[in-house]
Amino acid sequence: MLRLVSFALFIATWWIASLLIGDAKLPAPPIVLSAMITEAKSGALFLNLGATLARVALAFTLAMALGSAIGYLMGRSGLANRLGDPWLILLLNLPALVVIVLAYIWAGLTEVAAIAAIAINKLPTAVVTLREGARALDPALDEMATAFAFPPGRTFRHVILPQLAPYIAAAARSGLSLVWKIVLVAELLGRPNGVGFEIGVAFQLFDIPLLLAYSLSFAAVVLVIETLLVQPFETRLSRWRLRAA
Amino acid sequence: MQLEVGITGKSFASASGKRHDVLANITFTLNAGEVGVLFGPSGCGKSTLLKILAGLDQNYQGHVARPANVRLGMVFQEPRLLPWRSVEENVRLAAPDVGDAGLAALFEVLELSAHRHHFPGELSLGLARRVALARAFAIEPDVLILDEPLASLDNALAGRLRDQIATLVASRKMMTLLVTHDLDDAVRLGDRLFFLSARPARILHVETIAAPRAERNEQEITAIKARLSQLDLANM
Repeated sequence: MLRLVSFALFIATWWIASLLIGDAKLPAPPIVLSAMITEAKSGALFLNLGATLARVALAFTLAMALGSAIGYLMGRSGLANRLGDPWLILLLNLPALVVIVLAYIWAGLTEVAAIAAIAINKLPTAVVTLREGARALDPALDEMATAFAFPPGRTFRHVILPQLAPYIAAAARSGLSLVWKIVLVAELLGRPNGVGFEIGVAFQLFDIPLLLAYSLSFAAVVLVIETLLVQPFETRLSRWRLRAA
Repeated sequence: MQLEVGITGKSFASASGKRHDVLANITFTLNAGEVGVLFGPSGCGKSTLLKILAGLDQNYQGHVARPANVRLGMVFQEPRLLPWRSVEENVRLAAPDVGDAGLAALFEVLELSAHRHHFPGELSLGLARRVALARAFAIEPDVLILDEPLASLDNALAGRLRDQIATLVASRKMMTLLVTHDLDDAVRLGDRLFFLSARPARILHVETIAAPRAERNEQEITAIKARLSQLDLANM
């Protein structure tokens, strides 16, 4: 209910602002909606959203898997940490634009280059978060697992993974928002489809209704995924914690 | 089956780089069916000794000979349960082979039947200790190590839990090592009492109680306690 009020408030503010500024710069909601419907009818909207989502899914999975493994290793082994740390600092502070441009130059304007560039941008934050998680592992529980001769698989699944879960959730959450932001830039610079590409076209043609139509559809998809996928996942992970009364 | 302990020393370096000797000469053997009690002042290195005996710490001088493929059940000073797994899962993870009937009987003795599906965070310390005990007994251990299982519980609860431990220890022929600094617990639960000195710990005195645990009456227990408290342990 409160969400609906908040949404209505957003539309109202937009409408009033468009009346004040004028349709040329900020078109009113119905104009954007009709642009959205035109794109949806031609199928272009779903094709582009689908292309973007596929890139997000691939880059996110790749970065999470690699980043978690590297972060865990760096948290558990001092040698790995000393070896990896300079790379980590470099990657953390490398602007996304540099990675994307270099990837397109070196690997060509290909899908692989785009996904790799997005994944490389997200990778270091996952590494840093998981490294903290691995450092915070409770040695008392490790001893318990050793004393009771837990096989490695059982230790990992029941002792280590639950301790890392909040860190994985944090990495996923912050990483997903980072990927949402970067994927459009990568598409704008070197892909022939996707929401980022369409926004680039709309920008060049100064087609503001189209620009807003794609931006808002994208935002809607992000919202749906966050509420339907990410939030229930986080709730499930923490179900063993005592709820505040 | 026998546990042979011949530790000649154990030390560790503190954060400031100073060397601390924790254990000196500790030599004893323990047979199957026997309950050995390590009795000594707080901080004398009892927990360190237990870690070595459990095989969790390899960094010491001397040797500890355990029979091969021995099954070890351990109750740590803190319960060390997995907070994200229920009581039953905690026990089953350590003892995958435990049968439903055996588990039910164990929970019955330890009064845990009503708490099977609770998470450890929902339990009191006394209950969490009992879950840790259930976990150690569920694997049907050959060697059972109990690190102050009755500490910081009120007298009534400690007494009940002590009786439960006695019942469970009697139900299986295994080597049991119990750490305590309560003489009463030591005399009631133990067959052989090892009195340890302050740091670095060495064995000051070994007291063997001949009467079987179940047959000791209050009079005998009081007599043994009285005799032991007259030992001049500080000057041995």
